[in-house]
Amino acid sequence: MGELRLMKGNEVIAIAAIRCGGDAYFGYPITPQSEVMETLMAERPWEDTGMVVLQAESEIASINMVYGAAGCGKRVMTSSSSPGISLMAEGISYMAGSELPCVIVNVQRGGPGLGTIQPSQADYNQATKGGGHGDYSLLVLAPASVQEMHDFVVLGFELAFKYRNPVMILADGVIGQLMEKVKLIDQRPRWTNEQIAEISGSWITVGKSKNRKKHVITSLEMDSSIMEGNNLRLQEKYNRMKAEEVRFEAIECDDAEYILVAFGSAARICQKTVQIARKKGVKVGLIRPITLFPFPEKIISEYATKVKGFLSVEFNAGQMVNDIRLAVNGKTRVEYFGRMGGIIPPPDEVEVALHQKLIKG
Amino acid sequence: MSVLADRIKEIIKPENLVYAKSPVLNDDIMHYCPGCSHGVVHRLIAEVIDEMGIQDQTIGVSPVGCSVFAYKYIDIDWQEAAHGRAPAVATGIKRVLPDKYVFSYQGDGDLAAIGTAETFHAVNRGENIVMIFINNAIYGMTGGQMAPTTLVGQITSTTPYGRNVDLNGYPLKITELLAQLPGAAYVTRQSVQNPAAVRKAKKAIRKAFEVQALKKGTAFVEVVSTCSSGWKLNPVDSNKWMEENMFPQYPLGDLKDSSRADADLYRIKG
Amino acid sequence: MAKVRGAVIVDTEVCKGCNLCVVACPTQTLALNRNVNNKGYHYSYMENPENCTGCTNCSAVCPDSCITVYRAKIE
Ligand SMILES: Cc1ncc(C[n+]2csc(CCOP(=O)(O)OP(=O)(O)O)c2C)c(N)n1
Ligand code: SF4
Ligand code: SF4
Ligand code: SF4
Ligand SMILES: [Mg+2]
Repeated sequence: MGELRLMKGNEVIAIAAIRCGGDAYFGYPITPQSEVMETLMAERPWEDTGMVVLQAESEIASINMVYGAAGCGKRVMTSSSSPGISLMAEGISYMAGSELPCVIVNVQRGGPGLGTIQPSQADYNQATKGGGHGDYSLLVLAPASVQEMHDFVVLGFELAFKYRNPVMILADGVIGQLMEKVKLIDQRPRWTNEQIAEISGSWITVGKSKNRKKHVITSLEMDSSIMEGNNLRLQEKYNRMKAEEVRFEAIECDDAEYILVAFGSAARICQKTVQIARKKGVKVGLIRPITLFPFPEKIISEYATKVKGFLSVEFNAGQMVNDIRLAVNGKTRVEYFGRMGGIIPPPDEVEVALHQKLIKG
Repeated sequence: MSVLADRIKEIIKPENLVYAKSPVLNDDIMHYCPGCSHGVVHRLIAEVIDEMGIQDQTIGVSPVGCSVFAYKYIDIDWQEAAHGRAPAVATGIKRVLPDKYVFSYQGDGDLAAIGTAETFHAVNRGENIVMIFINNAIYGMTGGQMAPTTLVGQITSTTPYGRNVDLNGYPLKITELLAQLPGAAYVTRQSVQNPAAVRKAKKAIRKAFEVQALKKGTAFVEVVSTCSSGWKLNPVDSNKWMEENMFPQYPLGDLKDSSRADADLYRIKG
Repeated sequence: MAKVRGAVIVDTEVCKGCNLCVVACPTQTLALNRNVNNKGYHYSYMENPENCTGCTNCSAVCPDSCITVYRAKIE
């Protein structure tokens, strides 16, 4: 039980997709995550579990293939990196609007534009604030280890079906390329038609039997009052996510005077920064949001009355810092430190920033 | 008069019924303009599904265009795709449900402009799906703008002085291009402007579904169609205009009738 | 000698008066009515019912599937 392996983050995404009983993967190559599809193609899961793996002609096609297969009640996923996710934005909005479950992995690279293939966290806003058109939210999970790359595929499918909503795993090039020990789940069977009927029988398009009404997967509604109702239902769902799905890790926060907030690979670095600072006698803690949507605003607002300040550490120009400010609501200082363009600052650089921006400043 | 009425009553009896609306079409009144070809093609698809007895095994994919609401009328399971993406959506469905019947239904803007890539690659992969293509040489839904299939000189709201090749390029004969692809099994161009054409078109649609059952590759049916609103003609004159102007550019008939190509023709030597 | 006779029923509320069936009818059975239906369309009807042969040409071209056709051999 629980095979231990040394694997790359990207590879483990593929293995977890197969082992959790995934039905299909559709994708298009892009650095730094091409290993996901390469691993799947090498594993040939269609011969063992029957999982479909298909290289599409673009990310636009990938996400729409995901749409089609998800509409049949299947567990379907895709992966890409920043420019590819931009191309998927329309399809993701359609999936959110049609309430289709799926898992989308974004192994972020630096932008804007073609940017760089080096790691980045610059798609935080895109992932958490929509990215496509319309009022919708994705459930966003931010892995900080290879183990979490694995676990969040499994969790992602659970949440996607619990809420009938796309789930995004917002990783970055560091976690994707990182090699670590990982405990794999045992192979689970794919859902049978009977199980699919039991779980999603009220809405899937699999051919309508004589005694049931036709099912239609659509986000279209011309009647404004019904459309507003559809939107309210979506918002109610997002509120349920906010109430039930917030996940975070609080490290050495109990006695902290300053708290770093960081997700993904930035959190790994900040964990070291906490150790360095504490050795010097500065009481620093770390809050690592695991769900970026829903954002762990409650814990942050609770600490806001206890600490002298928060430092948001992000590999972007300062995106999550705005969510922290909303949670803190003026009760204490909130500063940002980050690097861009694929530069990953070492822990002591973060510690220096903490001094300059919060402790001294 | 009452003699005549009695005679009609004699004829209108269940045992004398020769044509009634297919039970696979439901009772919603279609939103299409009077005379719109979309309605005829919907009916033919419904009749084929009914006659093949595959209502419970068929999933349709509707486009963005006037036929976005196709799902309201044909009583089967449907997915409504984003503009141009129906072939990708149909691919996703077919790949996870390979034994079901899956078809996409698209207009010329949807299939041959914004969705060209999805169209080409679905056919090139030889997806075992049916693709129905309504070529009315115009964007009906958005109010009659130029389509890739708009004819040279044809007036639309975005070519108010007629399509000009220097500015807009040429009418896209996408069906001819698709017929070249090794994944295509059956490619045909039909129309529905008179009873004989309708009967032929129905046979073609039926054949396309049969090709899908045999998993021979993609079955592609273009229907050269009218859009009386976009063309600003009445339905009868639209048919005449279509015969005079569309048919020379988009000649009717089968373009391909085989099955997807043998992979060995394309295989590396070493 | 037995004669083939036909008759059609037009669902007048579904008819949009497009005239395609009138043109398609080989026996000039159909015409658009002077009256309109609730949607304001001049619906199709059998102006010359004695002409109908039940050939189904009209129902074949009708975009709105509103024509039902009957055919019988009358002695
Ligand atoms: C991404 C996107 N761009 C543009 C549109 C607007 N739009 C809706 S339908 C359409 C063209 C439809 O034309 P066609 O596919 O020929 O269908 P028809 O209405 O003629 O049957 C356009 C441009 C849209 N819905 N989505
Ligand atoms: S605008 Fe054209 S294509 Fe659309 S319903 Fe009217 S006639 Fe048909
Ligand atoms: S069935 Fe034939 S003859 Fe009778 S009305 Fe229709 S087209 Fe005319
Ligand atoms: S073809 Fe159909 S809709 Fe058109 S006039 Fe005749 S009955 Fe009415
Ligand atoms: Mg069109």
